Amino acid sequence: MTFLGLLERHPSHGYDLKRDYDVFFGRGKPLPFGQVYSTLSRLARDGKVVISEVEPGAGPDRKRYVITDLGATEVEQWLTQPVEPEPNLQSVLFSKVVLSLMLDRSAEDYLDLQRRAHLERMRELTAVKRAGGLVDLLLADHSLYHLEADLRWIEMTAARLDALKKAVRP
Amino acid sequence: MDRDDRSTARRPEKGGAAVTVALEARDVEYSFGSTPALRGASVAVEAGEILAIMGPSGSGKSTLLHCLAGILVPSAGQIHLGETRLDTMTETQRSVLRRQRFGFVFQFGQLVPELTAAENVALPLLLNGVRRAPAMREADGWFERLDLGGLQSRRSGELSGGQAQRVALARALVAKPEMLFADEPTGALDSLTGEHVMDLLVDAARGQGTTVILVTHEARVAAYADREAIVRDGRVTVLDRIPS
Repeated sequence: MTFLGLLERHPSHGYDLKRDYDVFFGRGKPLPFGQVYSTLSRLARDGKVVISEVEPGAGPDRKRYVITDLGATEVEQWLTQPVEPEPNLQSVLFSKVVLSLMLDRSAEDYLDLQRRAHLERMRELTAVKRAGGLVDLLLADHSLYHLEADLRWIEMTAARLDALKKAVRP
Repeated sequence: MDRDDRSTARRPEKGGAAVTVALEARDVEYSFGSTPALRGASVAVEAGEILAIMGPSGSGKSTLLHCLAGILVPSAGQIHLGETRLDTMTETQRSVLRRQRFGFVFQFGQLVPELTAAENVALPLLLNGVRRAPAMREADGWFERLDLGGLQSRRSGELSGGQAQRVALARALVAKPEMLFADEPTGALDSLTGEHVMDLLVDAARGQGTTVILVTHEARVAAYADREAIVRDGRVTVLDRIPS
């Protein structure tokens, strides 16, 4: 999905996509080239991207990928849906915020939606805690503390959106 | 007490069923000197619900609570308690209303240090004209209910933070108020004690049908509520449930 989002900004070659992915999303864990091209092949097979032109290069031919209407619709849906609140979601939340800013969509609206989803899940877990025994309570507590950490991150990110926008849209 | 023709205590819900609005702020503004704290804040609380007001420090959430409770008077906008306007009442009228129909729990220093815990709990009943013996009997019942048995004769300095907060909760609920206003009620407590206080607060309020407005910066405390309202820069965003 991140590739589709990056391609919605502008058509790109695989090499450029990998570079942008590594800069914004792959910090400390660069994406292998093999995974870049296998992902692009799958997106092309599913009709979410097409190859607009092929340029001969020093090595293999360079293909330029363009997002299709189907791919753009998928990006739109992904960016406007909250992530299922589970512990350890930071990387997905981060990707949605950064891509929203890159694509000039409202990251604030997304964060509000995610906040609602998190609070809703925390409400469910609190009800489980109040109704269940000690084991349920401890398991629910584990999730509640992680979701609370996500929410703190959401609040801090919401307060820094203007600065983040400048960083991802130079 | 003024009544407003535009007040609609019962409103149709999206699904067609009516909900009863217990308390509502409409376009409320309030400033501390030249610093605006609320800039057109609107929120409606349904009868019997628990609403959490959240927001960053300085966002105006406590100011909103104080306006809803008739402690502060907005410089613009309206506060409706059912079909009664709070914002146009005199200070004396608001004081009587707060004493007779509202309960309060704050973060710190709410018990009268010269009184015993039991006298603190009985205080709202005594102030409302209940005779001492029945007031003290009623207060005594709350000590068992809130897990405070045996602490009736202690003064506030002899209570732990969690015990003092439970005594404050008993005092807030003893007169069976329509509305309970709680401003960071667990803010001075450790997590476990805070959780115990919230369990008791929710059970007691639901048990007697008291509507609760709860200010908190802690998501785990807000998760006890039915709904959340976020205050940012003096304006309110109500977080309704996400349609499934």
